[in-house]
Amino acid sequence: MSDQKTDQMTGAEIVIKALKDQGVEHIFGYPGGAVLPIYDEIFKQDWLHHILVRHEQGAAHAAEGYARSTGKCGVLLVTSGPGATNAVTGLTDALMDSIPLVCITGQVPTHLIGSDAFQECDTVGITRPCTKHNYLVKSVDDLAEIMHEAFYIATSGRPGPVVVDIPKDIQFAPGPYMSPEKISKASYQPPKKGDLNGIREAAELIASAKKPVFYTGGGVVNAGPVASKLLREFVGLTGYPITSTLMGLGAFPASDDQWLGMLGMHGTYEANMAMHDCDVMINIGARFDDRITGRLDAFSPNSKKIHVDIDPSSINKTVHVDVPIVGDVAHVLEDMIRIWKETACSPDKKAIAEWWQEIEGWRKVNSLGFEKSDTIIKPQYAVQRLYELSKGKDVYISTEVGQHQMWAAQHFHFEEPNRWMTSGGLGTMGYGLPAAIGTQIAHPEALVIDIAGEASVLMNMQEMSTAVQYNLPVKIFILNNEYMGMVRQWQQLLHGGRYSHSYSEALPDFVKLAEAYGATGIRATNPSELDEAIKQMIDTPGPVIFDCVVSKDENCFPMIPSGKAHNEMILAGEPADVEVSEEGKALV
Amino acid sequence: MMMNDQSIEAHTLSVLVENAAGVLARVIGLFSGRGYNIESLTVAEVDGEAHMSRITIVTSGSPMVIEQIKAQLSRIVPVSRVTDLTVEAEAIEREMALVKVAGTGEKRVEALRVSESFRARVVDTTHESFVFELTGAKTKIDAFVQLMRPLGLKEVSRTGIAAIARGPEAM
Ligand SMILES: Cc1ncc(C[n+]2csc(CCOP(=O)(O)OP(=O)(O)O)c2C)c(N)n1
Ligand SMILES: [Mg+2]
Repeated sequence: MSDQKTDQMTGAEIVIKALKDQGVEHIFGYPGGAVLPIYDEIFKQDWLHHILVRHEQGAAHAAEGYARSTGKCGVLLVTSGPGATNAVTGLTDALMDSIPLVCITGQVPTHLIGSDAFQECDTVGITRPCTKHNYLVKSVDDLAEIMHEAFYIATSGRPGPVVVDIPKDIQFAPGPYMSPEKISKASYQPPKKGDLNGIREAAELIASAKKPVFYTGGGVVNAGPVASKLLREFVGLTGYPITSTLMGLGAFPASDDQWLGMLGMHGTYEANMAMHDCDVMINIGARFDDRITGRLDAFSPNSKKIHVDIDPSSINKTVHVDVPIVGDVAHVLEDMIRIWKETACSPDKKAIAEWWQEIEGWRKVNSLGFEKSDTIIKPQYAVQRLYELSKGKDVYISTEVGQHQMWAAQHFHFEEPNRWMTSGGLGTMGYGLPAAIGTQIAHPEALVIDIAGEASVLMNMQEMSTAVQYNLPVKIFILNNEYMGMVRQWQQLLHGGRYSHSYSEALPDFVKLAEAYGATGIRATNPSELDEAIKQMIDTPGPVIFDCVVSKDENCFPMIPSGKAHNEMILAGEPADVEVSEEGKALV
Repeated sequence: MMMNDQSIEAHTLSVLVENAAGVLARVIGLFSGRGYNIESLTVAEVDGEAHMSRITIVTSGSPMVIEQIKAQLSRIVPVSRVTDLTVEAEAIEREMALVKVAGTGEKRVEALRVSESFRARVVDTTHESFVFELTGAKTKIDAFVQLMRPLGLKEVSRTGIAAIARGPEAM
């Protein structure tokens, strides 16, 4: 063997070495023929912890939960063909919510590509539109660089998922290793600092506002804990009200007086009215998603809009803004605070006090209120009790998708970023349980709760087996209304109460199901037993499925029906049959 | 407030990309996935050493959509530059076409006469056909093809538009 050959490693060794040099400690995966060489290397070492999931979609959501709760990159490893296609939902979810993931997929050997070989699929073709970037590794000589580049692209700029598809022959082939050094890519230059003139203009506009509102989003969370800190400082300096999207919850503490609650389709009355009536909107790291804007031509008609976003394509996409600032939220806020202080900006105290008075009026509507019951558990009440009884603990919440997700967003309150794992952009039922598993892996001592719907949780229920295998004490708190509640609600409000296939005629006994997995099952059916049962759940050391039997026909309010404006929200107790235009009905 | 200018305009975009596998698929996928129009698309490597290709796209949309297209293109990882030649420069746009015309007698003579006035070159001849090579703006080629139609037009092959800004500066 020549000297040169001795510095060489196999492709599989290069993959593992690159993971080590990228600081990866945990990888979520599922083996198969096309990744066996990499699994063999995993077998031979002891620093990389592999978590064996039960379905590749679970691996992707677990990696998302891991990433979102730590700010690090989530990593998954799946085989070719069905392994890759099963991961697609999770990759799309990560793309929509800007979650950094590196997904390594095995591929059939190079010489078989294109021959419809066993478990071959066009992974780069399939994942092109659902990743930030992807690679098919054609030569082992490129592998190390591609691995490092994948991490750089996934985690920098607007984060997102990156796929590295590695044919099996390349995993065996000897090739050179290079360390991550400073990977740079000429064509890829993510912005950092925002334009100072824009920031100055924004600061002036903010200082001159009479009815301002901060509208913040997931970008603040993605910019790291320092961004949340700076946001708190700046919002404090101004004294202005602040609301956030679903993805941004926790970046600003919910206990603060300036906090209006979440905005959007199921946001609070005060948040949405403030958005509608404001004269200056300060969008920090949010993207004017349709769940937020409602009817576009009636969206905040009288405001000047400032938009801070790291992705230039988010600016002026659906809503025209007056002061666009492209940059990392943390950097922009840092400059903004400096300029604010230097130029001694000071808000119009009188106008702001009047604005707050108006907001207090909206707050009095108590839009999150609901009719209490002492015979049946109301889902909102269940979330409130869960919040109260877990207060003071090191809590992380994930959710599935549906009414329970919105009730969790409304009634569980967050003080810190990275504590709230939910599928916002894609709205993926089945996200919450694997995301909780990923979160628990990253925070073994924490109390990790998946606030779930009985329909959603069944979509990735198999991951209970993963939780048991790794003794992950995740708590699956199911708001069991036996309905796909969110679907039922739309059918009630928009389709004349024709409940087409939104009722699950057969559901498992969740307590027995938990036991079958080797976990603990708890059921509560009466409000009087709820607190005790929740405490028991929290005190149980291993994984728990909690079957919280709630009222079946509760609707989630307030609600801005599709195609309506912010000031046309419906509140609880209002007539439950709304007039929505045909155009509105056609929206999702 | 939405941007109220909804007038549809055509823009010629020059996109400099890394000549790597899948880049063209990425660009085309962006247009189909987001419902943007492609009126013409031309691509070839322009720098063999640096492995750079240039894609020229003619697209149309409202000003807001055009801005969105440019931002989305710039976001593609292997895209290194996007220039809107319609707004950022005075640009020269050229297309090449090969046009096959078959006929005899009067029509054949007329086809040859028209081709001369368009400065088309004859690149293949048989007793009953010509293949013309013609370069020019898209409208010129459209006009030529229109005139050849009654004279025995058989088929047309066009390259799509290549464009470059006037003056000493590079994109
Ligand atoms: C994978 C997937 N399929 C379908 C939907 C559409 N959908 C949104 S909410 C919902 C019902 C969810 O029911 P459940 O989990 O019981 O939650 P609930 O609304 O009752 O709280 C459905 C079917 C979805 N979001 N994701
Ligand atoms: Mg349900």
